[in-house]
Amino acid sequence: MYDRRTFLAQSAAAAALLVAPGVSVAQAATDRRFVFIIQRGAADGLGTLAPTGDPGFAPLRGAFAQDFANGIRAGDFFTLHPNLAEAGRLFAAREALFVHAVASPYRDRSHFDGQNILETGGRAAYALRDGWMNRLLGLLPGGQSRAIAVSATVPMVLRGAREVGSYAPSALPDASDDLLARVGNLYESDPQLHAAWQQAMQTRSMAGDIADAGGRNGAATGQLAARLLSGAGGARVAVIETGGWDTHAGQRARLGQQLRGLDAMLGALRTGLGADWANTLVVVATEFGRTAAPNGTGGTDHGTASLAMLFGGAVAGGRVIADWPGLAQASLHEGRDLRPTLDLDTLIASAVAQHYRLDMARAARALFPNIAAARAVEGLVRT
Amino acid sequence: MSVLSLAFNRFGLGARADEAAPDDARRWLLQQFDRFEARPAPIAAAPQRREIAGQLAAYFDEARTENRARRRARRRGETQPQPTAGADDMTMTGPAMRGQRPGMDGENDQLAGLPNSARRFIRQTSRRNYLALVRARTNVALTTPAPFVERMVHFWANHFAISADRLVTIGIGGLLEFEAIRPHVLGRFEDMLFAVERHPAMLLYLDQAQSIGPNSEAAQLGQRFARFRQQAQVQRRGINENLAREILELHTLGVDGGYTQADVTEFAKAMTGWTVAGLTRGPAQRFIGVEGNPGDFVFAGRIHEPGARTVLGRAYRQDGEAQASAVLRDLAADPRTARHLATKLARHFGGDEPPPAMVRRLEQAWLGSGGDLPTVYRALIGSPEAWATTSAKFRTPWDWSIATLRAVGTRQVEAQPAVGLLNQLGQPVWRPGSPAGFDDIAASWAGPDALMRRVEAAERIAARTGGLIDARTLGPRLLPDALTPATRQAIARAESPGQGLALLLVAPEFLRR
Repeated sequence: MYDRRTFLAQSAAAAALLVAPGVSVAQAATDRRFVFIIQRGAADGLGTLAPTGDPGFAPLRGAFAQDFANGIRAGDFFTLHPNLAEAGRLFAAREALFVHAVASPYRDRSHFDGQNILETGGRAAYALRDGWMNRLLGLLPGGQSRAIAVSATVPMVLRGAREVGSYAPSALPDASDDLLARVGNLYESDPQLHAAWQQAMQTRSMAGDIADAGGRNGAATGQLAARLLSGAGGARVAVIETGGWDTHAGQRARLGQQLRGLDAMLGALRTGLGADWANTLVVVATEFGRTAAPNGTGGTDHGTASLAMLFGGAVAGGRVIADWPGLAQASLHEGRDLRPTLDLDTLIASAVAQHYRLDMARAARALFPNIAAARAVEGLVRT
Repeated sequence: MSVLSLAFNRFGLGARADEAAPDDARRWLLQQFDRFEARPAPIAAAPQRREIAGQLAAYFDEARTENRARRRARRRGETQPQPTAGADDMTMTGPAMRGQRPGMDGENDQLAGLPNSARRFIRQTSRRNYLALVRARTNVALTTPAPFVERMVHFWANHFAISADRLVTIGIGGLLEFEAIRPHVLGRFEDMLFAVERHPAMLLYLDQAQSIGPNSEAAQLGQRFARFRQQAQVQRRGINENLAREILELHTLGVDGGYTQADVTEFAKAMTGWTVAGLTRGPAQRFIGVEGNPGDFVFAGRIHEPGARTVLGRAYRQDGEAQASAVLRDLAADPRTARHLATKLARHFGGDEPPPAMVRRLEQAWLGSGGDLPTVYRALIGSPEAWATTSAKFRTPWDWSIATLRAVGTRQVEAQPAVGLLNQLGQPVWRPGSPAGFDDIAASWAGPDALMRRVEAAERIAARTGGLIDARTLGPRLLPDALTPATRQAIARAESPGQGLALLLVAPEFLRR
């Protein structure tokens, strides 16, 4: 019999061979790095950067608000989740910029459709067939920059006419705790599978796989991404997928682990990139937010506006940008979600255009062809 | 499960989203009899018998030379490594390799005890052939227009199981399915039985190829001439009952078939002389008459045990090859064989506990048609027990892997990942480890570790699709009217398309057929 690790490594290698990824290597004409971190599953912005200055916050969020008693202050109004220590240090060093109450054009609550819009840059799901990061490659100086997905396959956001690589070695730790939990739910009413699954999960937890997987996995992925991005021959554009943000139940513990993992990833990126960090822009975004109030199972459900985060030496950070809509019942979108006051597409187009010194209008048209009002958000990146 | 879902999954190999759903599920199954191809392109393009057997013959040649050098050295008093497997065989396989199973897992450990030429042969030649044949099998299963008939091919290949984990069977094992099963899957059982028992992979795997009648011409000669004895190693040989026993116990009557040890021995004597041509060369081989095209069946009269035999109370006075043929024909027609196979078929389609009424129905179809397999399949399709939703079968790793790859639209795989996937899921292709084949009950496959491996594999396979497959629309196509609300909800609530697809692939409905 094999131990589980061998299996993971081998099956990952096997899976990698089912489709051979093409990795294109080309001379880059820019030193600037751009990393897009997708939070799949609708990350809770209010649980990440809390508007502790809003009088509605503590009563609305109940027990969730307690986490922020030990949080990291980000200005007078907002507080970072305590597990985001690295993000807090970057904020203090003016290398982190938070943008709150932001949302893509999508206003329904399906992950699939929401992620498709987030990644294609379209106004409707499945309206565009390539990703905005792939279209971005065509705008970069020289047009030859290498792009890479730090995952087994190239996610939608980076797919398109321009060749990109993907890299996920077998040693990349598994990040499927969320899937395992869902499988457990799925088998609950099936006696045969339920019994077998209970046993499998017991074995697994004895092996210590679940404990702190978020942090270790995040750090490993960050290190890998940094390696792929560093030096003169490194990739200039990269996308990292993170999952596990769909916290319908037990959110305090789960979101805490997720954020610890994300924080470790950021730390590993900054350390690993070394001198290149000064030329780096990292954008962290999710497909939509979560309900402002907790639900009956200690979680939150699909919502609307959320948080976007910009990190990197290139970022004009140390502040929070928000046209704060407020948490009073009347202020909430459809009476339940944080109301969006800033367009995520516009934010991304602005940040990327400033980072690569592109014409804003041209960049916005290429990345988000149907963008509603492309008035740039100025001053996101140091120039 | 709906009728269509059962046709796709229990009878077929799982639906493909790029294939239209048939109007009439039962007719769709029957029409596959006309669509089935015995030798589709992937199999035609795979290594053929002449090539594989030729390589085996070349290896035996090399091993023989190596052993001769060793003997010379020993006479001079030098110490040398152990003999090379197979070299001194009159027919082909030496005792040095019987029982040795240099498999693919932990390959280096298992190869450690073997001489260099054997190691080289397994690593460079046999394993390459094995991979190519597994790839052909898998790609046929992914694109076949007749998935029900392909399922029957897999069923029969597992019934007549060889295990491709010995030096002589690694490379050639898969050919049994391609050459003996496929051409007869829509024919008569007797013809399939003959094709299997005369196939080099079976003759080698169950040691029939080296079984020698103690009173045969060759054995008599060996007793008189020491030199011949040494060359042909006749004195170490005699009857090998392995194949005769497994034909009775596994291939025809079944373990409770009422035969005795005396029947096994008598049948084994009748079978002496059934061997494989062209694998070794030399004067002894010329004398015995096993020269010829490598890999062909040959009857070598000079190792056949003379005399009449009695098997299961019936006397067989034929001479030569015809004697064992007559026994085989009687075994094929025996009602106990019909009962044995009807039970196995009912277990495969009617549930882990074969429904007695279904067993009887299949048995009658079998006996009434003289083992005409399409007639038996029609009785299978006509059995209400096979369409009962309460008796779902837990998919074996092979079934699940094929259904999964078909579900995500894969039309072609590379050999190494396909072999790796099946190894890790616990059902290495053509390597059940025993002639009894792989089990066909849930208890053997639905264990905790196996389940975890499937979930891990599902996640990776789903990840390969890059979020381009929407499991909400795929699910109802794969399992028409058969998805439970719980599964639909779990998929709809998944945090990403990839996760939704992974959940579909490990949903209880998809894990079973």
